[in-house]
Amino acid sequence: MDTTIELTVDGERRAVTVDTRTTLLDALRERLGNTSPKKGCDHGQCGSCTVLLDGRRHLTCLALALSYDGAEITTAAGLARDGLHPVQQAFLDHDGYQCGYCTPGQVCSAVGMLDEASRDAPSHVTEDLDVPTTLEDLTDSEIRERMSGNLCRCGAYPGILAAVRQVAGA
Amino acid sequence: MKELAYVRASDPAQAVATVADDPDARFLGGGTNLVDHLKLGITTPGTLVDISHLPLDGFEETADGLTIGANVRNSDLAADRRVRAGWPVVSRALLAGASGQIRNQATTGGNLLQRTRCVYFQDPTTPCNKREPGSGCSAAGGYGRYNAILGASPACVTVHPSDLAVALAAVDAAVLVLGPGGRRRIPAAELHRLPGDDAEHDTVLGHGDLITAVELPASALARRSTYVKVRDRASFAFALVSVAVALDLAEDGTVTDVRVVWGGVAHKPWRAERAEDALRGRPLTEAAVRAAADAELASAAPSSDAGYKVPMVRNATALAFRRLVPALAEEDR
Amino acid sequence: MTDLVPAPIDAKAMGTALPRVDGVEKVTGSAAYAVEHPVPRPLACWLVQSTIARGRVVSVDRSAALAHPGVLSVVDHTDAPRLAETDNGELAILQDDRIGFRGQIVALVLAESSEAAREGARLVRVEQQEEPAEAELREDNATYRPEKVNPSMETDTETGDVDTALAGADVVLEQTYRTPYEHNNPLEPHATTAWWGEEDGRDRLTLYDSSQGVHGVATALAPMLGMEKEQVRVMAPYVGGGFGSKGEAHAHVMAAALAARTTGGRPVRLAVTRQQMFALTGYRTATISKFRLGADRDGRLAAIEHGVLEQTSRLREFAEQTASSTRMMYAAPNRRTSHRLAVLDVAVPSWMRAPGEMPGMYAHEVAMDELAEACGLDPVELRRRNEPDLDPEKGLPFDRRGLLECLDRGAARFGWAGRPREPRSTRDGEWWVGTGAASATYPAMRQPGNVARIESLPDARYAVSIGSVDIGTGARTALTQIAADALSVGPDAIDLHLGDTALPPASVAGGSSGTSSWGSAIVAAAQQFRTEHGHRPAPGLRTEAGAERGDEAERFSFHSFGAVFAEVRVHRDTGELRVPRLLGVYSVGRVVNPMTARSQLVGGLVMGMSAALFEESVRDPRFGHVVTQDLATYHIAAHADVTGVEAEWLDESTTTFTPMGSRGIGEIGIVGTAAAVANAAYHATGIRVRDLPLTADAYVG
Repeated sequence: MDTTIELTVDGERRAVTVDTRTTLLDALRERLGNTSPKKGCDHGQCGSCTVLLDGRRHLTCLALALSYDGAEITTAAGLARDGLHPVQQAFLDHDGYQCGYCTPGQVCSAVGMLDEASRDAPSHVTEDLDVPTTLEDLTDSEIRERMSGNLCRCGAYPGILAAVRQVAGA
Repeated sequence: MKELAYVRASDPAQAVATVADDPDARFLGGGTNLVDHLKLGITTPGTLVDISHLPLDGFEETADGLTIGANVRNSDLAADRRVRAGWPVVSRALLAGASGQIRNQATTGGNLLQRTRCVYFQDPTTPCNKREPGSGCSAAGGYGRYNAILGASPACVTVHPSDLAVALAAVDAAVLVLGPGGRRRIPAAELHRLPGDDAEHDTVLGHGDLITAVELPASALARRSTYVKVRDRASFAFALVSVAVALDLAEDGTVTDVRVVWGGVAHKPWRAERAEDALRGRPLTEAAVRAAADAELASAAPSSDAGYKVPMVRNATALAFRRLVPALAEEDR
Repeated sequence: MTDLVPAPIDAKAMGTALPRVDGVEKVTGSAAYAVEHPVPRPLACWLVQSTIARGRVVSVDRSAALAHPGVLSVVDHTDAPRLAETDNGELAILQDDRIGFRGQIVALVLAESSEAAREGARLVRVEQQEEPAEAELREDNATYRPEKVNPSMETDTETGDVDTALAGADVVLEQTYRTPYEHNNPLEPHATTAWWGEEDGRDRLTLYDSSQGVHGVATALAPMLGMEKEQVRVMAPYVGGGFGSKGEAHAHVMAAALAARTTGGRPVRLAVTRQQMFALTGYRTATISKFRLGADRDGRLAAIEHGVLEQTSRLREFAEQTASSTRMMYAAPNRRTSHRLAVLDVAVPSWMRAPGEMPGMYAHEVAMDELAEACGLDPVELRRRNEPDLDPEKGLPFDRRGLLECLDRGAARFGWAGRPREPRSTRDGEWWVGTGAASATYPAMRQPGNVARIESLPDARYAVSIGSVDIGTGARTALTQIAADALSVGPDAIDLHLGDTALPPASVAGGSSGTSSWGSAIVAAAQQFRTEHGHRPAPGLRTEAGAERGDEAERFSFHSFGAVFAEVRVHRDTGELRVPRLLGVYSVGRVVNPMTARSQLVGGLVMGMSAALFEESVRDPRFGHVVTQDLATYHIAAHADVTGVEAEWLDESTTTFTPMGSRGIGEIGIVGTAAAVANAAYHATGIRVRDLPLTADAYVG
């Protein structure tokens, strides 16, 4: 059962015909040819498919495309439309990756996470829920916890931490 | 994944009617659990009724507390200033669950209705009474580290994975349900059930019942509450065991009222009423907490793989009380 | 083409932290992995798997699948293209009705979309006849003695008289150590795009494959498909990690090739699901190591015995070399090692990062920690006292034996001095705190059969080509630096090409041999190019050359070494473990690129810590398959688990081994790491856990 929906992907309005079963991830990768979000597990257990959806970090593998008709999606490719995003540059500076497969998801997650932290969203390791969260107070353990939805089998976490810390402190 | 029809619900009543009329229809919320199941072939509905766009996404302050729309995302609920101050156990439980991305997507109602993570339930090639009633329970006699230690039955030995459900039971929350027969209000602690000889049903809800909201009543108990979760990884993992504690202490250190709810130990959030009774009206000490937990655990019947959960949940309970009353630490050790 | 022994080269680009040359592609997601290459009208292929561990396929009912919209065809053993060779029992799929393990490929579904293909696979009804199967590794399995263990080592070794030495030893340690099944789980699932065509009147198969060795895939597939290797082109410009699991073609690659054979030339995309990976793409066998160590009161070893029990698959032998490092690690006049395999009705085991050394050194290094305690010695000191003069196995001098330097430097940096000898003696708030150490080693390996091509380009640039693969190691960057120094130009003058069998032959990205093997060929080709064409060549001149070995292997034993130090905290209430500090110090020869090398070594440490604390593929013997078959139940280290992981290395160069002076770095980070963590967990709690992983279950009480 095919239906056509509209998505704004990396700033471009796109019509895409999807099956009722098509996930947002497969719509992007297999139907729109945007393979920046990756399929690492397809079940919400690795974070490789993370994009920014209506401004928030979001998995695309556990999202049926039809439910997101009209959504605005930014992938790691879209973050670099006007030159590398500071997060991307920081990943290069600190070698925050090896094979590169989880990387676009890590980058999108970091961008979304920094935004969350700047909007007073606490985390599991936030000691006092009454104290407002700010970017300036983002400790290493806060960054690690908040980035834990993105697995990296190459073990590039120390580089990822350094990269996110660089941007958070900027 | 079976071919299916997709309907975007226009209002809650229509959504309920559509699902109630079609035994093959299911509600689609945030999708973080259902889409997983669709891909694995764990469930094969014919129609999905998308409720994620219904305007059930607000917070309403009431005379008694706060009412949370069922579509409020886990991250928004956890970050809400009123929830952090008035029901910290709710924030803590949510933040201990899943990942930042999933919390942005998963809804309040959906979190409560997520299904077990038992590896055999997740694998349609193995028998599972919950997935396929009558096929048998593979977890009994199989991989059992995550199995229940309380309230299990021969039909099902699994545990409920929701952290939020454990927290809600500890603050006397209620779940508002719109069903084919109208509206009802179910205490959160009574939403989930034990398997008995019916492993298929996780909750007391029927087909077509839609969770529309969760009520958080304000109380001294809820204000002094916390959540301890023990897991294999430091983050992004389901609980081995978890503990929600809400505590109202008199000035002299006597327990005025208390809630102790355990996750990861049973087919439902386990309200440790025996432990609560043992603590209520008495001075709070770490020894008392441990003894209270042991009283509750007297009926535990773990398989060998899950035997570690008995000391773990007892100790985690003590830890949760220590988080709420730091003086306990010096007192007893 | 020429083969020559390349002369050592000076380090100018080598040793600098050149950022990855493919970094922008990776951080933006424009790097294209195996099923991300645009191809015309691709079909989706989905695998249908057996649900019994042993038996036969009675019938395959395709009707429901074929009736599903979008499904084009179903292929099973009755109509799959016939293979010319079927000796490789893992790759020879769909050739008969036999089922050798649960999860084996029994049919393929081709469809216009991945959604339809997946549903088609669900709708294929396979009737199976089940036979009794054995899928559990126990201490009492029937076992056999394989002829060799991987890659071609002696199965058993014996020197002196172990039993007599043990009988006369002051201190005897006898213990059993177990490591579980582990899955490599690279973040990019295995995947292949395949299509058939014709070239020069001959069949031609083209693959984009997520592989650690494109030439190896072509070499494995071609004869089975009745073709010459040149008829199979394999490309792998980007590979999302492998850790050994993409070192050889697994069954899905053949599935893609066979499926594409049936489509009249339409390309086929086959992406293995994460769940399917647990059955089809290799894993580390579980191991049971029985150790006996005999020492005098001063801790000097008189006898070392390491008996290994592990498993292989009935379909194809895989003999993990678990005791190999025990043969060369410490001095002892009397030594015995052995490997025995149980043959089970299970998926074929394969390589996983430091196969052999990882499980073997886990056992050995925990045993050494136990021996140190029994002798009342500091664990680092015990290792010092058992340092051999010569390689105990080969009788040759080590070209470089950096172990003690690594231990000393690591101990100093870690703050090892003053460590309380007694376990369970330090508590910090709610946490028991302990520290542990372990040695690491990995053989330096150079593979034969590597050829590089140098071509002069306009503007004093050079194209450097070799058919190797960068699976995330940084090879593309390191080889650029090596080529630059070999040609005496800057790295920005090098256009490096790899990942394609159209380029000269190269060995697999595995065994920490990549940089040594490919780099040596590049240096040889560069030196030959300069001999033939001088320093100011006209554009368009080409040289191909490979690197000969000298007689160095007959004169020296080449190994890398390392020392790992861990701090472990165990929660007094919950038993949860944390590793706040993990330090590895390594002797690995010259480090070509300190930035990518650090990531490699840190990545190995992280994976070793992950193995110590989390990783376990639980095979349910009643069914025969792994039931922890996803990333929610097979835990790998998440970001929050990784705190304070650091790696450093000795400043050294081994030009006797390679013209660059490097020895390889990919595996050694995982070796010994689980032991250091386990030893620290014991030191923290006084609870000795000998079976991995070390989960809270064992420490809570």
